[in-house]
Amino acid sequence: MSATVAMPAKAPGTGYWRGVGRRFARQPLAMAAAMVLLVVVLSAIGADWIAPADPFQTSVSRRLAAIGTPGRWLGGDELGRDMLSRLIHGGRVSLAMAIVPVAVALVIGGFLGVLAGYAGGAVNMAIMRVMDVFYAYPSILLAVAIAGALGPGMVNGMVALTLVFVAPIARVAESVTTQVRANDYVVAARLSGAPTSMILRRHVLNNVAGPVLVFAASQVSVSIIAASGLSFLGLGVSPPQADWGLMLSALRQALYVNPWVAALPGAAIFLCSMAVNIVSDGIRRAMELRR
Amino acid sequence: MKAPLPALPDRGGPAQPMLTVNGLRRWFRLDGKRVIRAVDGLDFSVAKGTTLGIVGESGCGKSTAAKLVAGIEPADAGEVVLDGEVFWARGARIGPEARRAVQMVFQDSHSSLNPRMTAAESIAFGPEAHGVKPGAARDYARALLEAVGLPPDRFADRPPMALSGGQRQRVNIARALALRPRVLLLDEPVSALDKSVEAQVLNLLVRLRAQLDLTYVFISHDLSVVRYVADEVAVMYLGQVVEQAPASVIFARPSHPYTRALFASKPSVDPRRRIAAPPIQGDPPDPVDPPSGCRFRTRCGFAEALCATGTPPLGTVAPAHRVACWMTVPRSGHSQAGVAA
Amino acid sequence: MTAALEVNGLEVAYRAGRGFVPVVRGVDLTLARGKVLALLGESGSGKSVTLRSMVGLTAREGARVAGSVRVLGQDVPGMTARQQLDLRGSQVGFVFQEPMTALDPVFRVGDQIAEVLVRHRGATWAEGLARARALFDLVQIPAAAQRLRAYPSELSGGLRQRAMIAIALACEPPLLLADEPTTALDATVQIQVLLLLRDLQKQLGTAVVFVTHDLGVAAEIADEVAVMYAGRIVERGSAEQVLLAPAHPYTRALLGCVVRGGYAEAPLVELAGSPPDLARLPPGCSFAPRCGSAFGPCGVTEPAEVARPSGHRARCHLPLPLDDRGDGHAGAETTEAR
Repeated sequence: MSATVAMPAKAPGTGYWRGVGRRFARQPLAMAAAMVLLVVVLSAIGADWIAPADPFQTSVSRRLAAIGTPGRWLGGDELGRDMLSRLIHGGRVSLAMAIVPVAVALVIGGFLGVLAGYAGGAVNMAIMRVMDVFYAYPSILLAVAIAGALGPGMVNGMVALTLVFVAPIARVAESVTTQVRANDYVVAARLSGAPTSMILRRHVLNNVAGPVLVFAASQVSVSIIAASGLSFLGLGVSPPQADWGLMLSALRQALYVNPWVAALPGAAIFLCSMAVNIVSDGIRRAMELRR
Repeated sequence: MKAPLPALPDRGGPAQPMLTVNGLRRWFRLDGKRVIRAVDGLDFSVAKGTTLGIVGESGCGKSTAAKLVAGIEPADAGEVVLDGEVFWARGARIGPEARRAVQMVFQDSHSSLNPRMTAAESIAFGPEAHGVKPGAARDYARALLEAVGLPPDRFADRPPMALSGGQRQRVNIARALALRPRVLLLDEPVSALDKSVEAQVLNLLVRLRAQLDLTYVFISHDLSVVRYVADEVAVMYLGQVVEQAPASVIFARPSHPYTRALFASKPSVDPRRRIAAPPIQGDPPDPVDPPSGCRFRTRCGFAEALCATGTPPLGTVAPAHRVACWMTVPRSGHSQAGVAA
Repeated sequence: MTAALEVNGLEVAYRAGRGFVPVVRGVDLTLARGKVLALLGESGSGKSVTLRSMVGLTAREGARVAGSVRVLGQDVPGMTARQQLDLRGSQVGFVFQEPMTALDPVFRVGDQIAEVLVRHRGATWAEGLARARALFDLVQIPAAAQRLRAYPSELSGGLRQRAMIAIALACEPPLLLADEPTTALDATVQIQVLLLLRDLQKQLGTAVVFVTHDLGVAAEIADEVAVMYAGRIVERGSAEQVLLAPAHPYTRALLGCVVRGGYAEAPLVELAGSPPDLARLPPGCSFAPRCGSAFGPCGVTEPAEVARPSGHRARCHLPLPLDDRGDGHAGAETTEAR
C-alpha cells in the first residue's frame, strides 16, 4: 500500500521494514514456508515452460498411472493426463482464485474499515452493521451460497469469495484504525490543523497498513481452501480447465484405485494453505514493535 | 532559528488575557441514563506570558478540560476566547490558521509519537500541513530539536523507540512549538518521567516560555510540579474549580478544605517531619454520580447540612483569590462561615 | 534471632539478544526484623529486580542470578520451586503497584483472602472468611462485610490497594515486599495507604522492603534507605543520614530535583543526561559521566563501598566527611507546603 509519501529525504519507515525483514529471516519455519510459497508461485507463473507435458493431453494407457511412471512422474489422472503438469497449471488457477478475491476485498474492506474507524459515530455504525450481516455466516457457507446464486464459473466464484472477505478485512481495518485514531499523535496532528486526508495518509494508513495486510495475507489461506471447495462443488472453475479443487473432485472416484494420485491435489491445497498461514504468522511476529 | 511560518500577531495588547474560558461543560453519556460530568462549568483566564497550573486528582476532568479548550473534543457548552477573539464557540469550526495558536503537549507515552516517524518527521508534519516545503520543514525541525536540547545530528532520524522518555518528551514539545503557537496546553507533561529527567524538562519549559513569549496551561496531578511552573493555580475537584489564586497566595494560604488536604498530603523529604495522620479519608467519588451540593462534602471534615443542599459559588475571598466553599461566604449559614477565610 | 533479610553479592542478568545484560550488579543488604528499608531509585536502576530476586522470582523468569539471598535465615536460591512458593505464600507478603496484577478479577475479594488462609494456614473456609473480615477492619476498609463480597473491579483504587495489603498480611508474614504500592494512587489516597502501611508495620512488627522512586515516600516510611543507580547500591544508611546528609553525588542530585518553591525563587538543580545503558556501561563509576564532582579515578576504577563509623555507606571516590553533619545540603530547610 502506498502509505508512505514521496519525500526528498528517505521515506518514513524504511528502517522499520528492513527490521521486519531481518526478524522474519530469523524464524526458520517461516522461512521454509516462504520458500515453499515461492516455489508454488514461480511454478504457477512459469507453468507453460515448466510443466513437462501438456496438461490436457489424455492417454488411455496411462489412466491412473502410478507415481513414478515414465512420462507421468506424479502419476496420471482419470483420463491419463499428466498429474504434475496438471498440478502446476491447476496451481495457477487456484492461486488466482484465492489471491484475487482477497486483494479486491482488501481494497474494498480496507477502505470501508478505515473510513468507519476514522469517522466514527453514525458512519461507523452504518458500515459496521452491514458488515456484521456478512460476518454472521461461516465464510465457506457464504461463498457457496453466493456462488450458487450467481451460477458456476471462475469469475462468479471470485466475486463470491470477494464478498466473503470484505467483511472480516473491514472489521480488522476498523478496529485497528479506531485504536490508531485514539493515539495522542493523531490528536496532535488534528491540532495542527492538517487536512484529514493528510492525517490519514501520514499518520493513520502508515500504522494501519501493516496489521491489515498481514490479516489479509492470512485470509489467503482460507481463500485457497474456499476456492478449491467451490470448484470441488462445481461452483468454480469449469472443465477442461482445472484447479486443485476440481481435480480433487474428479479424482474422488479413483480414491480406491490409486489413493496416492487422488490425494495429490488435496496435499497441494493443504501445503499451500499451511504455508500461507505460517508466513503471515511469521510476518506478524516480525512486525511486533519491541519497546 | 528562522521559522518558515509567520508569528501569530498580538491583537489585544499586554492587558488582554491570552486565554479566557467561559462556562465550559462536557458531560459524557453512559448507556443512556447515567452521565459523567467530566467538566461541569469551568471558567478561568490566563494572562499573557504566564502559566496557569491546573491541579487535581484522577477523574477531576482536567485532561478533558485541556482537550475541550484545544477544540479537539466537542463541548456541550461554553466558549474559549483567545487574545480577545473567539477561538471557538459551540458549533463553530476553527480555521486552520487560528488552529496553530493553541497546541498541546501530552503525557509521554507510547502513543504520543507516531512509531513510524522519526523525530524530525513528527516535528515537520505540522509546518508541512501549513504549506511549508518538506525541505524547509525539515530544516526547521532540526533547529527545533536543537532548541529543546537534542542535537539534531544524533536525534533527527531516530524513531520514538530509540528515544528515552525524557527525549520523547522534548520531541513532543518541539512538535507543539513547530506551529509557533501562543498557548501551550501541557497535559501531565512530566508525570511519566523520572525525577532527574523531570527537572530537566521543567526547566526547559520555563526557559522556552520566556524565550518564545508563550502562555501555558499546565495540568498535573502533582502539586509540586505545578508549584514550580505556575504563576496562578486552579484546583479542580470532580469537574469543577474549587479554588483559584496566584501561586504565592494559594501555597501560603490555601482556603478550600480540599486544597488544604491536597497540600497536606504531600510528603516532605525530611524524615523528621512526617505526616501524623492522613488529612482526609476515602477515595474521590465516582464522577458518574457526584454528591449533591458541594461535591467535596463527602470527604470534608467541616461538612454540614447546608453543604448537601446548596452548591457553593466560586466567590472572591481576597483580590484574585476565589474559593468555592460555604465557609468563605459570610452569613452563608455554615457554622464556620467567615472563620476560615 | 536471624535478620529478616540478608543479601550478599546479588547479581542478576537478563538475556538480551545473544548475551546477558547485567541489571543488578552486586547488591548487599541486611534488614533487621521489624524495620523498614526503602530501596530508592529511578526506572532501570534495578530496584524492582532486586526485590523480586528476594523470593526467587527472577531466576524463574530465566534470569541469571548469582549471590546469596537469605530470607528469615533460609537460603532462597537453594530452595525448590515448591518451597519458594510456600515462602511467598506464608512468610513473605507482596504488594504491587497495580493491585489488579495480584487480585483475581473473577473471584470475590473476601474469598481470595480466605483461600490464602486455607491453603497456607490450614484454616477452614469459615475461619478464613472470619479472618478476612478482621483483616478488612485492620486495613480500615469501611463497610467491610459488604466489600468482602465485592469483585476487585468494583473497588476504587485505594480500596483495591488496601485489599491487596490485607491479602499480603493474611498469614502475618515477618517480611513484606512492597513494589511502588502507592505510586499509581492519587495524592490524598496515597498518603492514606502509606500511613496505613506504616501503622500496620509498627503494630505487627513486620519488616518491610519498600521500593520507590519518590524521596518523600521514602522519608515518610523508611528507617533505612538504600539508593540504587545502574544496578548498584550507591549509598545506604538511616533515613536521616541519607536524606538529610547525603554522601553520594547522585543522592544529592536527586534531592536537588525536589521542588521547594517556584522556578523563580528556587530553581531546580538539573541532573544532566540520563542513566547509562546497562549493556554498555561506562568504565569506572557508572555515575561519573553525569557527576559534577567527578575527577581522575572516577572514569577509571569503580569505587568500593566506604563506611563511616555511623554505618552510613557510599560508593564514591570522594572522601567522605567523618561525621554525618555534612553540608546539610538537603531536607533540613524544606519549605514544603503543609
